[in-house]
Amino acid sequence: MFRDAALVAGKDLRIELRSRVATNQVAPFAVLVLLLFAFALDPDRGVLNRATPGLFWVAVLFSSLLAVQRSFGLEAADGGRDTLRLSGLDAAGIFVGKATAVALQLLALQVVLGVGVVVLYDAHLTGPAQLVATCLLATIGLAAAGTVYGVVAAGLRVRETLLPLLVLPVVAPVLLAGTKAWEAALAGAPADGWPWLRLLAVFAVVYVTVGVAAFGLLLEET
Amino acid sequence: MTTPRAGTSNRATRILGAAALSTLAATVVLGLFVTKPDEVQGESVRLIYIHPGGAWTAYLAFGVTALASALYLWPRTRSRLWDLIAGASAELGVLFIALTLVLGSIWGRATWGVWWTWDARLTTTALLLALYLGYLALRRVPASVEVRSKRSAVAALIAAVDIPIVHMSVEWWRTLHQGRTVLRPHPQIHGLQLQTLLLGVVAMTLVYAWLLIHRFRVELLEEKLDDIGLEHAIAERRAEAGVRS
Repeated sequence: MFRDAALVAGKDLRIELRSRVATNQVAPFAVLVLLLFAFALDPDRGVLNRATPGLFWVAVLFSSLLAVQRSFGLEAADGGRDTLRLSGLDAAGIFVGKATAVALQLLALQVVLGVGVVVLYDAHLTGPAQLVATCLLATIGLAAAGTVYGVVAAGLRVRETLLPLLVLPVVAPVLLAGTKAWEAALAGAPADGWPWLRLLAVFAVVYVTVGVAAFGLLLEET
Repeated sequence: MTTPRAGTSNRATRILGAAALSTLAATVVLGLFVTKPDEVQGESVRLIYIHPGGAWTAYLAFGVTALASALYLWPRTRSRLWDLIAGASAELGVLFIALTLVLGSIWGRATWGVWWTWDARLTTTALLLALYLGYLALRRVPASVEVRSKRSAVAALIAAVDIPIVHMSVEWWRTLHQGRTVLRPHPQIHGLQLQTLLLGVVAMTLVYAWLLIHRFRVELLEEKLDDIGLEHAIAERRAEAGVRS
């Protein structure tokens, strides 16, 4: 399973590196969202600075939708999906691979967004260990849940509108927990963040399990 | 399975329907006329006779959807009927949860002075509504029956798994840091008020069961119609081409 996962993840990441869609479109979009928040909220009153954790995670959530759609858009062209099924790769391996590729892209994106909030919102990233732990756990959960629904929506004519409706309510706990954990770290009270990190870990475990168990069924039947 | 000749009712559902409507009518009479207005909340307390019933029924409906979806996915019990039940129940769940939100909002406006507060229960309920609207949207995407059934069953189970996570996170969100923002005024409810509330729960459950059976039968008939329509079309084309079937 892990060998298959590495193959699929390697393939997706290679495509991203060569096509540069993630760097030329998704990352600029995420930074643009940060700019739009500044237009919507008064940048002079410190609102942006106080709301940094929430805005950061909303930007991550929106970008994750793009990353997931892109991940399955790759397979939609030229019958890639059928090729995947015929390849003999383990379905759980395909799931782990695709989710890993999405997760790695999201982590890179979070680095960009992290720099973005420091520069644009004057955020001071205190408690880096907790911030990074939050990012890692939240990203696993987002990538797993996104990949499960990505394959459900892939290939449908209404996928662009259906995917956000399916994914966003499901990952709402990630937004909540990620924001609260970041708030705790930035406020210098890391102990307040632990329950949220545990919640993120539970979310990640649940959706990785669901994905490993159900992906074969979804890949085959839709 | 016997197909009713006209409509989707038979004797059992007619009795069920009569029971549902009469308990509903009794709830209306008790709730609107017999019980007294509350000392603190005044007339708006009457909403409490139907609000918990709606919420309970929505959770029941989503539970039935999850159970039917699991039974569909389990190879030994796989049957298209489970899929139809899951879909019909989810539709009713969305209906009842929307009703609960609207009623709660009206009550909140009258009691708290606002249409909406970021109370843990309100937020969870709103997220559940969004979750199952997504499920229903997925069901409506055209696909072959089997593909649609499997896809929907998995989506329903994922949604069911998400309910406790959403619930837990939102509870913490509103309680961990700020303490309870909104203390619900919990009037000690007893006597006729409590009985009316429970009657409301029974009435809503009966209405749910009644609508579920009818919705399920309508879906079954729709599928049959599709099959018959296809057979007719094939027969017509054959007749045109002069092929004997």
